[in-house]
Amino acid sequence: MNEVSTPPPRAGGSEDRRSALSVSPHPNPPPQSGGGRRRLLLLAPLGAAAAAGAGFYAMLRGLGTGSYDPRGVPSALIGKPPPDFALPPLDGAERPPLSAADLRAPGRPVLVNFFASWCVPCVIEHPQLMRLSREGVPLLGIAYKDKPEDSLGFLRRHGNPFAKLGVDQPGRVAIDWGLYGVPETYLIDKAGIIRWRWAGPITEDTMSAELQPLLRRYA
Amino acid sequence: MRPGALRSSGGSATPPSPRAVRPESPPETGLWRVPAEVFHLGDARIPAGAKTTSPLRSGSAASTHGSKTQTGVRGQVLAPAGVGGAAANGQRPRSFVLAALLLLASPALAAVGDPAEQLRDPAQEEKARAIGRELRCMVCQNQSIEDSDADLARDLRRIVREQVAAGRSEREVIDYLHDRYGDYVLLRPPLRAGTLLLWAAPAVALAGGVALVLAMRRRSAAAPAPAPLSEEEEARLAEKLRGRPGA
Repeated sequence: MNEVSTPPPRAGGSEDRRSALSVSPHPNPPPQSGGGRRRLLLLAPLGAAAAAGAGFYAMLRGLGTGSYDPRGVPSALIGKPPPDFALPPLDGAERPPLSAADLRAPGRPVLVNFFASWCVPCVIEHPQLMRLSREGVPLLGIAYKDKPEDSLGFLRRHGNPFAKLGVDQPGRVAIDWGLYGVPETYLIDKAGIIRWRWAGPITEDTMSAELQPLLRRYA
Repeated sequence: MRPGALRSSGGSATPPSPRAVRPESPPETGLWRVPAEVFHLGDARIPAGAKTTSPLRSGSAASTHGSKTQTGVRGQVLAPAGVGGAAANGQRPRSFVLAALLLLASPALAAVGDPAEQLRDPAQEEKARAIGRELRCMVCQNQSIEDSDADLARDLRRIVREQVAAGRSEREVIDYLHDRYGDYVLLRPPLRAGTLLLWAAPAVALAGGVALVLAMRRRSAAAPAPAPLSEEEEARLAEKLRGRPGA
């Protein structure tokens, strides 16, 4: 681009026509192919900007619908059976304990939910869990790093949507699941394969946009 | 490390809701508890009520020659570094040196170093640290588990040390966590088709830059030198210039 402002001695191409002196025609005109390529090169930044714009727009849309999450961490367990584990029951909750055997070929899709009484987003998602439970979706709960009496109080206060309950007070089983925060919810299909992991509260949007279609697909 | 919330759920109608990262232990009072390590510097514990709340800030306290309470804090903080005597002298240049020393020391202090957490065998501990530095803290995302105060990072450190103590190799320990947390837990992502662009990007950028410079050089070299003016042109030039002032 700086050829435009260069002094006349560097004439080469169309610039010499712009020079103050009308000394044209130039004795040896430059090859014509150079002009077309240069025009293409000028369009290249425009093209790059357009591509970037389209990309950013897609990301922005994905942020809105929840299909794109820049902080999302994909689960390493998708497409695999759950890890082997056996957890003690939550005393007083009157639910059987949870172990890996309950997730081997359950015959219908089930949800495993990690929760804790100290976790505020768990309170946010709890109404959705209650709704799923009323709709007959088997929900299996794991109380993560929580005192049993606190977990019990949490379930008494907000309702108990879980068919089975395990207590993972040291948080070791959670690490086998690749958990990195609560709440986290895993969908296990009827053959006992993990199909979906949701890290974060299940909101009504998550229900309608992700979970319900998945439950239908794996039913 | 982000303190409390960790992740947004996305969703158009509801604002992104935070996700909990577990506090230290089920809290007795309040929702979150500050990790003990924040107040922890080597073996010296700064009283929670003291003015200084972090190792770095206690460094600046040392350079300001404050009140008696600060001196107390200073003495405690500096004792492990073996420079407490200089602090008691209270001369300006020395405190400068002290501040510089503290600044130099800060990276080491930033690493989590609860003695209760460490393995007894220094060689094993060193190996565990080397492994831990390769593993990302899932909650903080840009720290290794050796550098993070997060609860999950502590759990992972414990697992790494257990396995090192059991005689597992570095490869086995890293694979153990890789199986559970995926590529994300590795601070050095593996080279495969999906990460090819990531690894090749610097080389591609460099090659592109070199190609651009070479192309520009070739073009300026290839540009034809202006042909000398013919006699007729010289005459016309002289004609044009004649009317101008200074000609």
